[in-house]
Amino acid sequence: MSKRRVVVTGLGIVSPVGNNVSDAWQNIVSGKSGITRITRFDASAFSSQIAGEVKNFEITDYLSAKEARRMDIFIHYGMAAAIQAIKDAAIEDLTKLDPERIGVNIGSGIGGLPMIENTDIAYHASGPRKISPFFIPSTIINMISGNLSIMFGYKGPNLAIVTACTTSTHTIGSSARMIEYGDADIMVCGGAESCVTPLAIGGFSAARALSVRNDDPASASRPWDKGRDGFVLSEGAGIIVLEEFEHAKRRDAKIYAELIGFGMSADANHMTAPCEDGEGAARCMTNALRVAEINSDEVDHVNAHGTSTPLGDIAETIAIKRCFGDHAKKLAINSTKSMTGHLLGAAGGIEAIFSILALYHQIVPPTINLFDPDPECDLDYVPNTARDLKINVAISNSFGFGGTNGTLAFRKI
Amino acid sequence: MENTDIEQRIKKIVAEQLGVNEADVKNESSFVNDLGADSLDTVELVMALEEEFECEIPDEQAEKINTVQEAIDYVNQHTSH
Repeated sequence: MSKRRVVVTGLGIVSPVGNNVSDAWQNIVSGKSGITRITRFDASAFSSQIAGEVKNFEITDYLSAKEARRMDIFIHYGMAAAIQAIKDAAIEDLTKLDPERIGVNIGSGIGGLPMIENTDIAYHASGPRKISPFFIPSTIINMISGNLSIMFGYKGPNLAIVTACTTSTHTIGSSARMIEYGDADIMVCGGAESCVTPLAIGGFSAARALSVRNDDPASASRPWDKGRDGFVLSEGAGIIVLEEFEHAKRRDAKIYAELIGFGMSADANHMTAPCEDGEGAARCMTNALRVAEINSDEVDHVNAHGTSTPLGDIAETIAIKRCFGDHAKKLAINSTKSMTGHLLGAAGGIEAIFSILALYHQIVPPTINLFDPDPECDLDYVPNTARDLKINVAISNSFGFGGTNGTLAFRKI
Repeated sequence: MENTDIEQRIKKIVAEQLGVNEADVKNESSFVNDLGADSLDTVELVMALEEEFECEIPDEQAEKINTVQEAIDYVNQHTSH
């Protein structure tokens, strides 16, 4: 029996570069940074004082004030991006769809940290009676999936995956597997994150992971540049609707691309650092290509993990060379994190969308802030200006703390 | 403090917490049967009343507050407003 084919039929974004797909794509293609100084709290005591915050976002455009109060910010972003994707795919009306065949699989790296921090402050100040009955359901990670199923009546698989910065790539890839295997015909999947909070900024700072280029936020995320000094923490959500190909054709759905491959691997190396020889990441990409049943020279574009950390950017470069050999030099590689910063558990979601749109529009967005390339990073990173390019296959990489890796492969359709 | 003032403050809190129009909040309204509250809403509503009137409502008392009037009566009897 041949595998059921999986295509993308809906997209939704909330991000530092725009709160819908068209704004975000336009800003990404024109190379605009979404990074600013932190406004969410007074960060003056912290070594890193910059972030990619979501701006001008109104949750009441999507939910009632009462519903919104029961959800922490990462759920707001996830709900908003998912509602966009669901409307884009035109799957909100269940009269012609089987709700038992529609599932939701949306994760987060960290979840409701803002409300955890604030509830802890209230508890210490005034005791246990100040803990809201909505504290748990507004902070736990599977509640975007749960709330969406309640809101739209989707009765298929309902889950959330938590794998740090690989979260969304794993939710999307595993959702495709669920469609291939026959658990569902449609999956709403991706990730959301919102932890521009003292503990998250403090924790990543303590791990020496964040950029401290506080005087120039827009150029702080500079993957593969010699002057890079860490990632910029960001927030938002990236959600896509995956659908079985024949199902999508039957209902005449708009099809953006086909998801042809998903690879996973573990570094088995270190809690936070990548394998310096790129072995785990290379194996992950190779696994995705094997599942996709394509040769490495059929890939045209890589949306890299590219977080702008000194070690990670070199390790990914080495990994791409290990996986692609001579073809590595011919790949158009970018890091959209140069503009969005690092959305942690949502990163793979928005980057899957940028990879899909690169295929759909045949444009590779640039890597901005690549002023002085690191000599150890010597591939084509599409520096500073978007490029029109014939793209048939694009892959998107995500690597997370714990040494967890994921790669998605998309093909033009 | 006037009782009507307490009534208005309670109705405003109920409307806000339960996401309903203030005009629909009558004295005889039941939180669950008339205003669509679930068990978690009623816990949160009691917390909001405690906050507003700076009092502590014990759980066994809170369980008996099921309507707007019962909330008004409780606040009148147990707080210095």
